[in-house]
Amino acid sequence: MFVRALVVVMVAMVAMLTLAACGKKGDGSTDSVSGVSDTGGSAKGDFGPPQGEPIKAVLTSPPNVPPPTLRDKPAKVIVDLEVREIEQEISEGVRYTFWTFGGTVPGSFIRVRQGDTVEFHLKNHPDSKMPHNIDLHGVTGPGGGAASTFTAPGHESQFTFKALNQGLYVYHCATAPVGMHVANGMYGLILVEPPEGMSKVDHEYYVMQGDFYTTGKYREKGVQPFDMEKAIDEHPTYVVFNGAEGALTGDKALKAKVGETVRMYVGNGGPNLISSFHVIGEIFDKVWFEGGTRFQENVQTTLIPAGGSAIGEFRIEVPGTYILVDHSITRAFNKGAIAMLKADGPENKAIYSGKEVDAVYLAERAASNLAAVSQATKSAEAGTLTLNEQIKAGEALYAGTCSVCHQSNGEGLPGVFPPLAKSDYLLADPKRAIGAVVKGLSGKVTVNGKEYNSVMPPMAQLNDDEVANIVTYALNSWGNKGAAVSAADVKKVRAQASVASKPSE
Amino acid sequence: MRAPLAAMLHLSLLCAGLLLSALACAAQYVKYVTIPAASFRTALPPDGKSASAATSTFRMRAMPVTNGEYQSFVRQHVEWRRGQVAALFADAGYLRPWAANDAFGPHLHAGQPVTHVSWFAADAYCRSEGARLPTWYEWELVAAADEQRKDARDDARWRERMLRWYSRPSTEKLAAVGKTAKNLYGVYDMHGLVWEWVEDFTGIMVSTDNREQGDPDLRKFCGAGAIAVGDRENYAVQMRLALLSSLQAAYTTGNLGFRCVRETREKAS
Repeated sequence: MFVRALVVVMVAMVAMLTLAACGKKGDGSTDSVSGVSDTGGSAKGDFGPPQGEPIKAVLTSPPNVPPPTLRDKPAKVIVDLEVREIEQEISEGVRYTFWTFGGTVPGSFIRVRQGDTVEFHLKNHPDSKMPHNIDLHGVTGPGGGAASTFTAPGHESQFTFKALNQGLYVYHCATAPVGMHVANGMYGLILVEPPEGMSKVDHEYYVMQGDFYTTGKYREKGVQPFDMEKAIDEHPTYVVFNGAEGALTGDKALKAKVGETVRMYVGNGGPNLISSFHVIGEIFDKVWFEGGTRFQENVQTTLIPAGGSAIGEFRIEVPGTYILVDHSITRAFNKGAIAMLKADGPENKAIYSGKEVDAVYLAERAASNLAAVSQATKSAEAGTLTLNEQIKAGEALYAGTCSVCHQSNGEGLPGVFPPLAKSDYLLADPKRAIGAVVKGLSGKVTVNGKEYNSVMPPMAQLNDDEVANIVTYALNSWGNKGAAVSAADVKKVRAQASVASKPSE
Repeated sequence: MRAPLAAMLHLSLLCAGLLLSALACAAQYVKYVTIPAASFRTALPPDGKSASAATSTFRMRAMPVTNGEYQSFVRQHVEWRRGQVAALFADAGYLRPWAANDAFGPHLHAGQPVTHVSWFAADAYCRSEGARLPTWYEWELVAAADEQRKDARDDARWRERMLRWYSRPSTEKLAAVGKTAKNLYGVYDMHGLVWEWVEDFTGIMVSTDNREQGDPDLRKFCGAGAIAVGDRENYAVQMRLALLSSLQAAYTTGNLGFRCVRETREKAS
């Protein structure tokens, strides 16, 4: 009770402090529960007429983000955005016609400051076949600019808006058929910085998810047209980051160093799917969910709606490759929703060790049978080991180690893994069989008249007793009639420099 | 045989009537085909809901107007030459790819459809041929047909074929007219070659914001107000309507041509 009372008092104190602090930032209302004040929204977003000379906005292609505005006064910012219809790869060898804002999917990143007056020029390239327009979710006004920017091929439109609300906003084309314009890649992000700017980080990246609908199957080569039926049914062929499978992998992976903080501006263009955005191996220290003003801390996966965004930040603690996925995970593995962040720097084994143990784990199913193995071991030590004990122990070990390939009935898989049951190769030379287990076997072998050419890795984790038991089991099962193999036999073979693993033709 | 004969007869009468040079008329035979009166499902229902569109019998050019034909036109009509056309009637892109103000030049072909022409220019051309631009309904009626059917629009495969052209940028050289399959009426190139002006494009009024439905701001559009697109699953027709509604009468674009229609006194068969 005492502890709880103390907590209540402390919360109240924090709330009072916050209240005192928020007088300068809007005199907006305060949430009586959380003690957090609001920023005043659009009503407090107008900082007066633009000051100074008009500024031409720096637009960047993904995954790059324009530099901070570093301004403390509202300005007039001119944005020149060109619409281009282009054919390029959506996956290796798969070509698709994208409709783009600025020649990329997603479109150019736009960065302004809250209170800025934005003079927006939308240019539709003369080679375009379609009219296009733009709806910026950061615009206050009906249609978000859509009606004001409706532009025929080879023409240009202009409209002006004041960026009253801070946040990270999606923009997209809203021309009929809107689903197709968005499905062809017509979306991007506009960041309206808060008046005080964003805190400094080491890297800022621009990542945007989209779903694509092609008439051909996933990775079917050639030029793939848009599939209207699949789009209407919301069954995408591809779900990708930054407009193509592999746009952010391999050499094109995002980069950072250990100790650096990475901020990602993440959007979801849709048109249809919601993203469960996740970075494998990282935890977002902060997520400004929905691209808004507040952040949540310590987030594994953040939901990004179609036509929505999020800002995520994390500090890289250990080197390696971090995989960005839509954690609706078949999209990652079967539709392309994978990107990478590669982090260089020194290992920190105290935080993450890497693999420390790599051992066979037989699980409970085998554990009950391990009684036979320990019995065999005891008998071997006592010098009373019987053939039957060996076979029983061998059976248990075989189930955990060998049956995946050679099958529990010893018949192998035709053409891939040779049989042990009634195997001329096995029965002709038990010593050679010991060698195969201990040192592995690769290259061509002929078993029962059939040729096999695959690789058996050395079973180095097995000790002499275990190998002896397994080989004895194999020599005396599935109709095989052979002798017992002893641990001493195994030891001898193991000691030999080279094993008789050559095929006997 | 009847339709071409009628067309030729009409053309010769027209030439005599307008006192045009007999030589010019003889040099060009323009094929028009008869489209019987019809009532059909339209993407733009006249009542904004589901009413059918009705068209009287008319004759339509079998192929879009070509560079060669348009060159003859501007040679006879100086006021429609590039450089002389009033800015009110054609924007700066008018006949831009042409080598000279009155010649399309060596890098274009006489048989390609003329593009970079404004609505005013297209309208003037059709008048010179004793014709006019088709209305949207006339155009839509003929465009609904494929090789065998009057109305192929519900065929998913036909739609997919349409979309392939509609969804690609116009960066490739235009083919000559008359190379696509002839449709049931004997008309070529309704799809797959160029966009085409229609007479009443200002009345098409697809909302510039595709998501507005039911209560559009009437002032934003010419004519009777915005009409919701009736054929929501037909993206090809939506794209054409969007393109047409993005235009103004003086606009020219690289993929926009036209064809003409003539009214006829023939009774519907």
